[in-house]
Amino acid sequence: MESIETEVLVVGGGATGLGVARDAAMRGFATVLVERKDLAEGTTGRYHGLLHSGGRYAVKDPRAARECAAENAILRRVAADSIEDTGGLFVTTPWDDVTFGDRFLAGCADTGVGVEEIDVADALRREPAVNAGIRRAFLVADASMDAWKLVWACARSAEQHGARILTYRRVVEVLRAADTVAGVVVVDSRSDEEMTIHARMTVNATGAWAGQLAALAGCRPVEVVPGKGIMIAMNHRIVNTVVNRCTMPSDGDIIVPIRTVSVVGTTDSPVADPDQLEVTQAEVDHMLDEGEKLVPGFRHARALRVWAGARPLFGARPPGDDDTRDITRAHALIDHAERDGIGGFVTITGGKATTFRLMAEETVDLVCRALDAGGPRPCRTAVEALPDSEPGAYYSVGSRLARREAHLLDDQLVCECELVSRQTLEEAVERRPTANLDDVRRALRLGMGPCQGGFCTYRATGIFHRLERLDQVTANTALLDFLQERWKGVHPILYGDQLRQARLDDWIYQGLMDVEHLPAVAAAAIGSVA
Amino acid sequence: MEDLIRASLDHCIKCTICETVCPVAQVTPLFPGPKYEGPQAERFRLPSGSADASVDYCSGCGLCTQVCPQGVKIAEINSRARAHFKAQKGVSVRDRILARPGLTGRLGTPVAPLANRVMANGTARRLMEKAVGVHHAAPVPVYAGHSFQRWARHHERHASPRLDGRSVVYFHGCSVNWFEPDLGRMVVAVLEHNGVEVKMPRQDCCGLPLQSNGLFDAARRALGRLARDLSAGSAGHAVVASSTSCGVMLKREGREILGLDDDETLRAVGARTFDVCEYLLDLHGQGLLDTGFRPLPLTVIYHAACQQRGHSMGTPALELLRLVPELEVIRSEADCCGMAGTYGLKKEKYDIGMAVGERLFEQVRRVGPDAVACDGETCRWQITKATGRASVHPVELLFRAYGLEL
Ligand SMILES: Cc1cc2nc3c(=O)[nH]c(=O)nc-3n(C[C@H](O)[C@H](O)[C@H](O)COP(=O)(O)OP(=O)(O)OC[C@H]3O[C@@H](n4cnc5c(N)ncnc54)[C@H](O)[C@@H]3O)c2cc1C
Ligand code: SF4
Ligand code: SF4
Repeated sequence: MESIETEVLVVGGGATGLGVARDAAMRGFATVLVERKDLAEGTTGRYHGLLHSGGRYAVKDPRAARECAAENAILRRVAADSIEDTGGLFVTTPWDDVTFGDRFLAGCADTGVGVEEIDVADALRREPAVNAGIRRAFLVADASMDAWKLVWACARSAEQHGARILTYRRVVEVLRAADTVAGVVVVDSRSDEEMTIHARMTVNATGAWAGQLAALAGCRPVEVVPGKGIMIAMNHRIVNTVVNRCTMPSDGDIIVPIRTVSVVGTTDSPVADPDQLEVTQAEVDHMLDEGEKLVPGFRHARALRVWAGARPLFGARPPGDDDTRDITRAHALIDHAERDGIGGFVTITGGKATTFRLMAEETVDLVCRALDAGGPRPCRTAVEALPDSEPGAYYSVGSRLARREAHLLDDQLVCECELVSRQTLEEAVERRPTANLDDVRRALRLGMGPCQGGFCTYRATGIFHRLERLDQVTANTALLDFLQERWKGVHPILYGDQLRQARLDDWIYQGLMDVEHLPAVAAAAIGSVA
Repeated sequence: MEDLIRASLDHCIKCTICETVCPVAQVTPLFPGPKYEGPQAERFRLPSGSADASVDYCSGCGLCTQVCPQGVKIAEINSRARAHFKAQKGVSVRDRILARPGLTGRLGTPVAPLANRVMANGTARRLMEKAVGVHHAAPVPVYAGHSFQRWARHHERHASPRLDGRSVVYFHGCSVNWFEPDLGRMVVAVLEHNGVEVKMPRQDCCGLPLQSNGLFDAARRALGRLARDLSAGSAGHAVVASSTSCGVMLKREGREILGLDDDETLRAVGARTFDVCEYLLDLHGQGLLDTGFRPLPLTVIYHAACQQRGHSMGTPALELLRLVPELEVIRSEADCCGMAGTYGLKKEKYDIGMAVGERLFEQVRRVGPDAVACDGETCRWQITKATGRASVHPVELLFRAYGLEL
């Protein structure tokens, strides 16, 4: 069994874990991160995509609002390439209490959230699709943030500072030496090989799974309740500004324009297992109805894909913290030495993607103290920009089109919907030898547009095969897996245009290619509309 | 309210049918095609504009929108994107000139012989290509030297034709006014011959050239003015147009592309606008058309202009011409002649336009007809320039078959 040693081991490859790994590596710790799947395959890759201004929590959760406002300003500087500066609107729809706007303004003032009430007419000029019946409108610094870009930029930076990022490694055992956690055993999910990682400090950054890992470590229960939230991506940007209902946070009250789509969300219901997130028809209907309140005609727009994520809702209050308002949305940093008498182990969970950097900073501060790092090791993540964000230019949805225009004549288009060219695909495969089409999907948005892989999946599989990444049988299997994965997100919203699309895709794969009878590893059953 | 043209992109299922008909994509790799420029690129465009220049190669022929089984307004999306792009980059002097046939007509008419000589002069044309970017070999119209409106005012005052109490308003367009007034007179003669009174109010450009050159605000003003001019004092009469593309502008495009759906006058005028052949065929359907045509022993190729499809009226001209004894009418095998408004005039698009039209030109050379009949004026100029064959509006053939004279 392979065995490695490190100072800091981070478990969990979401925003929090990557933030911790980067920060620790920047402060000079030998650092390793393990993730059971691909980076951002947990909640981070399934979130709503909103870089909060803090407005959403201004009334309900002042601490979260304050943190979001501060982190929003910082991330705009250091992670500009992952952020699209959409701006945000809070609007009072006919279903909302007009006076809430006053509490909202007061809350924003108290928590340092920048806000400006604007004319309803100006708001409607800016976003003509928004319900013309709105009675008040407020402008805030909301933005959309691309989780994959963010997480991969953190990973690259961490690696530049010497960290090792190991994906597809699941922690199956936490090693104990008396009262201390000494490391973990991981299994490589692709080769089934085990590996031991010895570490002076293990950071549990597994989000909604934090309770499971803490249990492996033999701690007192860490009560993280997975809170399921569903979101629906609509086929195009119906709005170009984040639009929130100006009311107490509730279901389906935000539409986020991100990349080429607009995403309506979300819901919040406790579930037992963060790996089992069913989406029901009733939830889909509920979301569309709520979307309709913000944007009349929403129901007639094309729904592209629905998915769910699990919020890490931290229930058990850390000792000494008696601020009850912190229970739900703010993060929790647990020093298990202090709480359970188990050294070498800390848990960081809860919080928001928006506050991932702050969570990482506090965590690594604790690691410094625990490892008695000898002298101050100041955190630099608030000032040092992430790779590609150094110029400080925000991401723009038009950038792919501009790039495509420059290579119209010398590069093929593989994914037509999301404008992924052959060269981009080949470079991505080169950069990261992977046999998994789904990894490429997340990195490039391949197959995430309107046709949901109908036209690019077979092209991409062929290119993988040609690059000798996959032999024939594995290529067929990869194709089937990919189709299966896409199908999962589509079947709960099959109506109208997306149903027609599914029929066409079905004819291509079932009718033309007879995919179910391709020689593949395991007969993956493909959903069929028929 | 979400904008309906943009929202139509949602219906695209990537079937690629539009790609197979786009005449421009078939002849040049510089244009990535309707599916790409329309429903795909649109998802990447912001209201503040976008970086794609290739959409300017779309000729606006509208074939893609016509064939899309899902109802995606592809050509319309492209047209808007082009306007946006131009608004950002600035519209060239050339495009501003081409966009204002009324102005150039007014300037050229008093000095017609001189202007025509300049336009026929090779050296002058090369200078013009350099200076403003109109290709030296592209067909340009010949100034008639007198405007149709002058004749119309005189005619309305003095003529007293046999009438059946049926009246129409004639929307003649810029081309008839400045370049082909005789066609206008033939249209009037054919209508009057069938007992229809023709009113010809003062009118100016419909704004189509402004729109296709990306000058949307000016186009909106022009179209709004035209709708009011045509409806003034015409108490619900049908409006008859002899220019296919300008007729579509009134019927539909203006409201859809320019977003003038709230203009009540325009909506009302649009609803009662007919292409002249559509109107005549309708009369025939009611048994009101004089079918006493004389034999016309000629062979003509009939080419339906690409923009005619926007009328959604089939090919009424073809059916009318088939009523004329001994007239052999052969259908054109091509969808577009390559001119598409003013597209083929432009220096950087002339070769593309000629390549698009080649299918038609080849047929003309092969068949060697006496003339090519086509409803679109710029198409007629392009066809004659490229093949040396005479080209006529279908009404001109009816006029001759009635034995009428100017
Ligand atoms: C529906 C929804 C909408 C949201 N919207 C927003 C929003 O708009 N803005 C915002 O700021 N926040 C939002 N959030 C919150 C935000 O997404 C999360 O707080 C944040 O992404 C959590 O990141 P994380 O890294 O802590 O957890 P995760 O991203 O879940 O990372 C944990 C990782 O640990 C891995 N893991 C688990 N067990 C093991 C193991 N045994 N071995 C190895 N790896 C393991 C998992 O695979 C996972 O990748 C939303 C959350 C939800 C659910
Ligand atoms: S024809 Fe219509 S549905 Fe088909 S690809 Fe073109 S735009 Fe899409
Ligand atoms: S309008 Fe004509 S030229 Fe433009 S994309 Fe459509 S078919 Fe092609």
